[in-house]
Amino acid sequence: MKKFLPLIILAILCIIPFAGLSTYVMHILILVLMWSVIGMAWNILGGYTGQVSFGHAAFFGFGAYTAGILYQHLGISAWWGMPVCVVILTALSLVIGYICLRLRGAYFALATLALGEFCRVAAENLVDFTKGNMGIMLRERTWVDKTWYFYVILLIAAGTYILIKLVMESKLGYYFVAIREDQDAAESLGIDTTFYKTISLCLSGVLTGIAGAFYMNYMGYIDPSMVFPLSEVSIATVMVVMVGGAATYWGPIVGSVIMVFLAEEIRSLPYIGAAHQTIFGIILILIIMFLPNGIVGDFRKLLKPFRRKGASS
Amino acid sequence: MAQLELFLQTLISGFLLGGLYALIALGMALIMGVMRVINLAHGDFMMIAMYIAYWMFTMFGIDPYLSVFIAAPAMFLFGLGIQKYLLTPVMKVESILPHNQVILTVGLAMVFSNLATVFFTGNYRSTPVSYASSAWYLTDYWRNSPIELSLSMPWTISFILAAIITIGLWIFLTKTDTGKSIRATSQDLDAALLMGVNVNRVRMVTFGIGLILVACAGCLFLPIYYLYPALGKQFTNVGFVIAVIGGMGSTDGALIGGLILGIFESMTATYIGMGWAPAGRFAIFVAALVFLPGGVASILRKWRLGK
Repeated sequence: MKKFLPLIILAILCIIPFAGLSTYVMHILILVLMWSVIGMAWNILGGYTGQVSFGHAAFFGFGAYTAGILYQHLGISAWWGMPVCVVILTALSLVIGYICLRLRGAYFALATLALGEFCRVAAENLVDFTKGNMGIMLRERTWVDKTWYFYVILLIAAGTYILIKLVMESKLGYYFVAIREDQDAAESLGIDTTFYKTISLCLSGVLTGIAGAFYMNYMGYIDPSMVFPLSEVSIATVMVVMVGGAATYWGPIVGSVIMVFLAEEIRSLPYIGAAHQTIFGIILILIIMFLPNGIVGDFRKLLKPFRRKGASS
Repeated sequence: MAQLELFLQTLISGFLLGGLYALIALGMALIMGVMRVINLAHGDFMMIAMYIAYWMFTMFGIDPYLSVFIAAPAMFLFGLGIQKYLLTPVMKVESILPHNQVILTVGLAMVFSNLATVFFTGNYRSTPVSYASSAWYLTDYWRNSPIELSLSMPWTISFILAAIITIGLWIFLTKTDTGKSIRATSQDLDAALLMGVNVNRVRMVTFGIGLILVACAGCLFLPIYYLYPALGKQFTNVGFVIAVIGGMGSTDGALIGGLILGIFESMTATYIGMGWAPAGRFAIFVAALVFLPGGVASILRKWRLGK
């Protein structure tokens, strides 16, 4: 049963559009799938390799802007952004990897944090190239109906899941985990830690960028404060993984389901809606203190109180 | 001559800005050195201190510089509470992810800046002190000076106060017992434990002192800057960029790094454009990571050992 669970969920997701759901529900489902792609991508780097990034908005925004700029300046379909951003984000990841992955400690976390902010400032100031705060708008959307967007992101999400599963069950995945657990021990076993950390960053960055390119196509409009913000994208990514569970296959997916629904619910509440960041911050703090491995990682711990009750009664 | 004047003016204002930046970074470096935590809520603590000073000014007419004596103790107690009830418990939590406490401070930053927006609205505020627009001129003191330089009065006062506070911190760290145990813990945690330093107490005091420094910086920044809830993020960036330039956890490095960043930012703003100042900050950060990963502290150490 457990072995077929991914297939069952995939099958259900494939037929869901035929259930005649409203546009709003489809929008939420698309967002859930997109966030789980970003979360899974972050998880490769943060969860498995142990390099916490606070700047995935940079990769996300780079992907989105690649698609947008291709459309804006070359006049070709924004869908080309997906293949093109693979090249661009690999290059970006290599540069970042060269600069800060050879150092130990918190340098990487700080560098990514600064990178996200830098990208936002650059996108705001390079008005000729990115149109600054006016943003880029697609004049015609590919499909009006959301069903096709849903299938595209479902394909990406399924592909990401399979890719991560393949990577993590190969030698590469064991290298990643070895680096996370003990970098000195990994190095003494002959693992080129800088090289494998960079590979992990490339994988993570490219997958996030593809999600960003999809976002451009789906939303049809981006501006710097939509795709490069710190708390709405970078920290939200960390939260999706933390809530679900770092270094688990299902963690980011569970996390994105919870976080997207919570975000939609909280934002729509009167009065409290303005304080949604406070609520997310408190959730983040509580998760770190009491469920450090997330819902999936600490599933047993979550079940404990219920079990004891069952045993006593 | 006008070029030279502009250059010197930029240099001086950068130096004054750097002195204040150093105060922010000193607190961050202390916390980083002793607790091995990057406090990403540092700027938001500063924002809270600034709001304290702001309300003191608007409600009771207390000068922002005098509010140091109110904001600093308040932030010290606040810091002790946060260290005791949030950071210490998280230190014991077993988890896969490293940097758990750093993520915790990110959560704190989100809560603070959002709560400030909810309670005080997102408006830009400033304290209209009487001396805000007065300035010193070089020609007032040296009549035949070939070049004309001016210094804003509140900037000068803030810089001098920042220097006094920094000297006070230096005396505290080198002369008192608590200061010495803070330095010992920062240098070698295990050795400090073996020497009978109460490391938990030192951590609490350090976090408190870090917040005192940032509260002072907030009060000194208030007369010369404006105040809005999202201000924290910018100053957190300043803090950790300086910490990397100076060398993680080194207070001497933070001091020099602060001056370097202040001058550099002032230069970018003058010669490239105001909007690019944050990008200049990033450029110097990258340069430090590539060419000098150990920061200024590594140069200082080499120089000391060479002697």
